[in-house]
Amino acid sequence: MYSEKVMDHFQNPRNVGEIADASGIGEVGNARCGDIMKIWIKVEDNVITDIKFKTFGCGAAIATSSIITEMAMGKTLDEAEQITNKAVAEALDGLPPVKMHCSNLAADALREAIADYRKRNG
Amino acid sequence: MQRIYLDYAATTPVRPEVLDAMLPYFSNEFGNASGVYSWSRTAHQAMDKARDTVARILGARPDEIVFTGSGSESDNLAIKGAAWANRHKGKHIITSSIEHFAVLETCQWLERQGFEVTYLPVDSVGLVDPEQVKQALRPDTILVSIMYANNEVGTIQPISEIGSILKDTQAVFHTDAVQAAGVLDLDVDKLNVDLLTISAHKFYGPKGVGVLYVRKGTNIEPLIHGGGHERKRRAGTENIAGIVGLAKALELSYEERDTENARLEALRNQLIEGLSAIPHSRVNGSLTKRLPNNVNVCFEFIEGESLLLNLDMKGVAASSGSACTSGSLDPSHVLLAMGLSHEIAHGSLRLTLGRGTTQADIDYVLQEVPPIVERLRAMSPLYRG
Repeated sequence: MYSEKVMDHFQNPRNVGEIADASGIGEVGNARCGDIMKIWIKVEDNVITDIKFKTFGCGAAIATSSIITEMAMGKTLDEAEQITNKAVAEALDGLPPVKMHCSNLAADALREAIADYRKRNG
Repeated sequence: MQRIYLDYAATTPVRPEVLDAMLPYFSNEFGNASGVYSWSRTAHQAMDKARDTVARILGARPDEIVFTGSGSESDNLAIKGAAWANRHKGKHIITSSIEHFAVLETCQWLERQGFEVTYLPVDSVGLVDPEQVKQALRPDTILVSIMYANNEVGTIQPISEIGSILKDTQAVFHTDAVQAAGVLDLDVDKLNVDLLTISAHKFYGPKGVGVLYVRKGTNIEPLIHGGGHERKRRAGTENIAGIVGLAKALELSYEERDTENARLEALRNQLIEGLSAIPHSRVNGSLTKRLPNNVNVCFEFIEGESLLLNLDMKGVAASSGSACTSGSLDPSHVLLAMGLSHEIAHGSLRLTLGRGTTQADIDYVLQEVPPIVERLRAMSPLYRG
C-alpha cells in the first residue's frame, strides 16, 4: 500500500531530533486523531540551515515529515513556504488516498515553524 | 527472514486434513444437493454428516443448524431475521458497545428502520455486567445480542448468566461466537442462547462459510429468498465443500481443544508478561476471563500502524486498534468503550496466537518489540523519557 520511497523514509527517517537553539518551531495535529508533527528550523540570512523533526503517527506521517526536511534544507524561507502537502506526497511517489488528509501535514508544520520564526523576529 | 504470523484472530490457514476432506466436492462429487440422482445423494449425504457433526459439538439438533456464507451473514441473519420476525412484539434491541461491526452496523441499520437499540457499556476490562442487561430490559425488548468473546481484547462474556436472565422473557438471545469457536464450550443449552454465530475460517476451516444455530421455536425471517434450502432460512445452492470443511475443522478443534488451549495459554502469558515489562505499557482486557490466544497491549507515545510496519519488516504479522487500521479517524471502538483515551488507544498492538505458534516465535517477538518501541518513542514529540 505504501510506495518504496515512503517505506525508505519510514525505515530510515532523515533529520530526526530537536534543535536546542531553534529559530522557529512548528507543531500540527493532535494526539486524539493519532498524528502530531513537530518541526524545528535554524535560520541564517533568511535561509534554512538546519531542520529537524519529531513525529507521533503512522507510516505516512513519519515519511512526510522526513522528506520535507530534505526538501526544505538550504531553501530560503520564501521558497520553503511554497512547499505544499501535495508536493510532499508527490515527492514520495504518492500516498494512499486515506492518508492524504489525515497524515499529510508536514508542509503545514513547516509553515508553522516559519511563521514562528517571523513572529520572533517581528 | 523469518515469517511469524500472529494474527490468528483475523483468519487462520486451512488445515491439510480439512483441505483433504473438501477436495472431492469440487470436481468429482460436484452435484447439487437438491437433485434426485446419485451425484445429489452423495452431496446431500456429505452435508447431512457435516450438519450432524456441528450439531453434536453445539449440543443441538441437526435441523437447528443453518449453513451460511460467513460470520457476518450469520450475524445479519440472526439480528435482522429475529427483529423482523418479532417486530409485532416490540421494537427494542439490546447489544453491547464492543460488538464486532457485523453486529453493530446491523443494529444501526435497524435503528434507521425504526427499531430502538440500547448499547450497553462495558467495564475497564471489557466485560458486560449481566445486571445491566436486566436493567435495560423492557416489555418490548425482542432481541439481545452479546458476543461470546471479544475479537480485539479477548474478553469472555458471561453468556450463560445473561441467557438465564433472559429465559423468562420474550427476548431472543443471540451470541456472536466467532472468536470462541474452536476454543470455548459451544454447548447452546449451557450457554442459554437461541441463536449462535460461528465462522469456519477462524478455526482452520475455509473462508466463505459460517453457521447460524437457530433454536427450535425461534422465528427468524430469511435474508436471502429463493429455493427451499436450509429449511427455507437461507436460499442458495449449498457450498458442500465449504460445509464439509467447516465441520471437519470444528471437529478437529474440539478433539485437540484442551491440550492446544493449555499450550497457547502458556505462550500467551509469556508474551503478556514480557511486553508489559516495557515501560509505559498496559495490558488491555481481562487477565482471567480471556481467550487463551489473545494478547493486547498499548504502548504510550507511539502509534499502532508504525509499530505494525516495523514488525512487518521483521517478518511479524500483527494487528492494531489504531485509527489507521480501524478504517476510520477514531481508534478502536472497543478500547474507547473500555475507557482508554484516544491517545493511548492509537498505540495498541494485538497479537493472536494459533496452531503454528512456537516458543521460538514468542522469544523472537519479545526480542524484537522493545527496540522498535524505543526507536518510535525516540522519534515521538510526546515522549519525554
